[in-house]
Amino acid sequence: MIYDQARYTEDDEKHEPLLAEKNEMTLEIGGSESPLPEELTREELTLPSLSEPELARHYTRLSQMNWSIDSGPYPLGSCTMKYNPKFTEDVAADPNAAIHPDRSAKSSQGNLGVLYGLQEYLATIGGMDAVTLQPPAGAAGEFTGILIAKAYHDHRGNDRSEVIIPASAHGTNFATAAMAGYDVVELPSDDGGRVDLEALKAAVSEETAALMLTNPNTVGLFERDIVEIAETVHDAGGLLYYDGANLNALLGRGRPGDMGFDIMHYNVHKTFATPHGGGGPGAGPVGVVKELTEFLPRPRVRKTANGTYEQFDPDHSIGKVHGFGGNWLVLIKAYAYIARLGDVGLADASAKAVLNANYLAEQLEMDVPYGPFHHEFAATAGDRDAADVAKRMLDFGVHPPTTKWPEMVPEAMLTEPTEIESKRTLERLAAAFNAAYTDSDDTLETAPSRTTASRIDQVAAARNPRLSWQALGENSLE
Amino acid sequence: MTQTDGSPFAPHTAEETAAMLAALDVESEADLFDIPETVAFDGNFGIDPRSEQEIRGELSRCFAENNRLTEFMGRGHYSHYVPSIVDHLSDRAEFLTSYTQYQPEITQGFLQALFEYQSMVVELTGLPVANCSMYDAATGLAEAALLADRVRETTGDTILIPEYLRDGKQSVLENYVDGAGLEVESYPMDDGNVDCTTLDELAGDETVMIYAENPTVRGTIEEGLSEVGEIATDAEALFCLGSDLVALSILEKPASVGADVVVGEADVLGMPASYGMGLGIFATSDRYLRQVPGRLVGASEDRNERRAYTLTLQTREQHIRKERATSNICTNQAWVALRAAMHIAMLGANGLVELAEDCVREATALAEQIDTVSGYQAPIHDRYHFREFVVRSERPAQAVTASLEQAGFAIHTIDDHLLQICVTETNADETDGLIGALKEASQ
Repeated sequence: MIYDQARYTEDDEKHEPLLAEKNEMTLEIGGSESPLPEELTREELTLPSLSEPELARHYTRLSQMNWSIDSGPYPLGSCTMKYNPKFTEDVAADPNAAIHPDRSAKSSQGNLGVLYGLQEYLATIGGMDAVTLQPPAGAAGEFTGILIAKAYHDHRGNDRSEVIIPASAHGTNFATAAMAGYDVVELPSDDGGRVDLEALKAAVSEETAALMLTNPNTVGLFERDIVEIAETVHDAGGLLYYDGANLNALLGRGRPGDMGFDIMHYNVHKTFATPHGGGGPGAGPVGVVKELTEFLPRPRVRKTANGTYEQFDPDHSIGKVHGFGGNWLVLIKAYAYIARLGDVGLADASAKAVLNANYLAEQLEMDVPYGPFHHEFAATAGDRDAADVAKRMLDFGVHPPTTKWPEMVPEAMLTEPTEIESKRTLERLAAAFNAAYTDSDDTLETAPSRTTASRIDQVAAARNPRLSWQALGENSLE
Repeated sequence: MTQTDGSPFAPHTAEETAAMLAALDVESEADLFDIPETVAFDGNFGIDPRSEQEIRGELSRCFAENNRLTEFMGRGHYSHYVPSIVDHLSDRAEFLTSYTQYQPEITQGFLQALFEYQSMVVELTGLPVANCSMYDAATGLAEAALLADRVRETTGDTILIPEYLRDGKQSVLENYVDGAGLEVESYPMDDGNVDCTTLDELAGDETVMIYAENPTVRGTIEEGLSEVGEIATDAEALFCLGSDLVALSILEKPASVGADVVVGEADVLGMPASYGMGLGIFATSDRYLRQVPGRLVGASEDRNERRAYTLTLQTREQHIRKERATSNICTNQAWVALRAAMHIAMLGANGLVELAEDCVREATALAEQIDTVSGYQAPIHDRYHFREFVVRSERPAQAVTASLEQAGFAIHTIDDHLLQICVTETNADETDGLIGALKEASQ
């Protein structure tokens, strides 16, 4: 397939002009009409000044210069770019749900009921005993989970200083552990691409607060030794944390709670199909086993004997991780998605996600060094530059996979097609992979040519940061 | 629609599934899973699948269980009227169903919209660097404290915050700074504004950052910002100012009172009351550019020498820098930022300033009216107010809010005899009803 992306080109210098370039106006603030004395106000304000029809065109054009899951395949590994069912938007747009978070429990029974229902769904899906919906993203969920681990150890008078993380883990894991004040102990993989048990045994100690693990791991492999891994960590007094980024591989076939995980986060924008919104909002609920429920963020929601819902603060709560209750509109959509699929649909989602990843990989000319993989695989571009191959793929009307990560695979192309692609689409996607992979060096280096922008100079952007329209006339901020 | 057996969003027909399995030389999908028996799950969650129609009905009935109250509530989460264009254009699937712009050549549209959002925040704060979102105001404040700790040359361990601060903000802040070994300490307020004399005594070598709000959580407009800025400078501490995008359009420009970082509620625009869902501002001076948390969109050029946008300075971020990253944030609130930018563009300078001035006028007028009702005193602070104000009630506040709820109104209880009321254009025409209910509730 050949793809030509929309391109509104103003002149030799730019494409669609910025709002401020189209028209702006400066307003003086204060004066006789102002309700505030001059010393409490600013002097002036300059903002774009455009009519509604002009704005409608501006944003419609911008949208046309943007790729999305509704445009075509978006197989970004570890991002789980699923189709976002349209009806969930309508459900979340219910004006009755749009209330203030400080309302009394008595007057917000509907919202509390949905929160409670989603907590229950997520608990059973993950094999956890209790869930908080407060964390607004996956990384916020990780941070919440590690704070819970810390509170648990502190409560037992057990000051621990380390979090163990496999070298191939998501960057957020390392950053999270550091933010919580832990030293990171990086764990190498074994030759097969999984956790090296011997290395883990050598790494655990009385200083181990937790091991953060995703399963299947970042090259799609299931950690077969998970029971022994859990025992090793637990015997050292540590906790086992599950990074939910890859939960789509397990739905209905395995639950982190049953594998010995004590804490987990769910990425509802991945596994439960809420839209990714160009980078967010997501939501990162956290589930814990019974021993840790007292440490969950406040407030929690529970059902009373008479069937109403109430909020309460757990005895040893870590406090709050979001100013209010998290990304409410996202949570509604996740609830609706889970209800739509039910047991059969959830299990089928993971079955088809794994089938699709395997079927796609089968048709690639690139090697896939590690297997058997599940919902995603890391192909290697070998002696080609994975980033160049990816740029060329853009010309074929597909979004390329995640590139050059994880580092255990040279020139990695981490690919996760999800369950939503049909056999025919996977075949076209494979053709795009293969065509790009075998294209000439010249073509690769000059790609893409059919997207709105051609290859963008990343180095110049970082060397001479211009981060606003006010800065465009300047040489540099620094 | 194709009839499939499992997920309605997996398009495989039985024949296609069979062909794919055959190509892989396996009999069923189960053969592709490498999960040991001991930890395998039988798939029985007990969740019944429902149709689209059933779920819409179910949730619509559920949300109808929320009492229909007219809310006069704020304290960090506000409702302004959001023009229809914001919903219609931000809901375009090309925006809503895209993700982080890892391939900028094919995602110029969203990148440009985020660049425009950053530019608007730069204009409103007067600070030259704005990121393209934090989760909310609370996490933005917490990230500001961590930035302050990283950039301060001398060691210190204290973050100073106002005595009046939303519990959620304080708790999030404490959670974020604990790992860095920082303490959070409150300074007193004087009639709803910063008590600068005491703050000056508290601030010193150990102070890493001073946080103040304008407007404050009680709705008062802060009159001592320049002095707070000077106190911070003397203590070699960063001055972090909390505000919101509407208030910033008329109140003193943060850059001109010496603010080093601006955080706060960007979700006042683009989002109606959403049960606490937010969008956090994060703006700072160019000195701290390489310490900023979160995504930054910058302008560059493509091969054809046309301007193009891209995520930039990514070596600050977790996917490159891992445990040495400025923050762990990855997924953020990009789509909410898109909505806020659309709302600002729709209002323009005239519309935004008019909205902000009305926030002052309406709060002032309603407070004056309530003050005439026997049993109440409003506003309790002798200050200018923005959107909201505190009311003293002779009757216990809890009893008053309970009576009001019966009458169909929701306001805040903030202390034994203190209420807080917030008014915007979304409820300004129902103030007569509120006054009536307050009269009833005073007995």
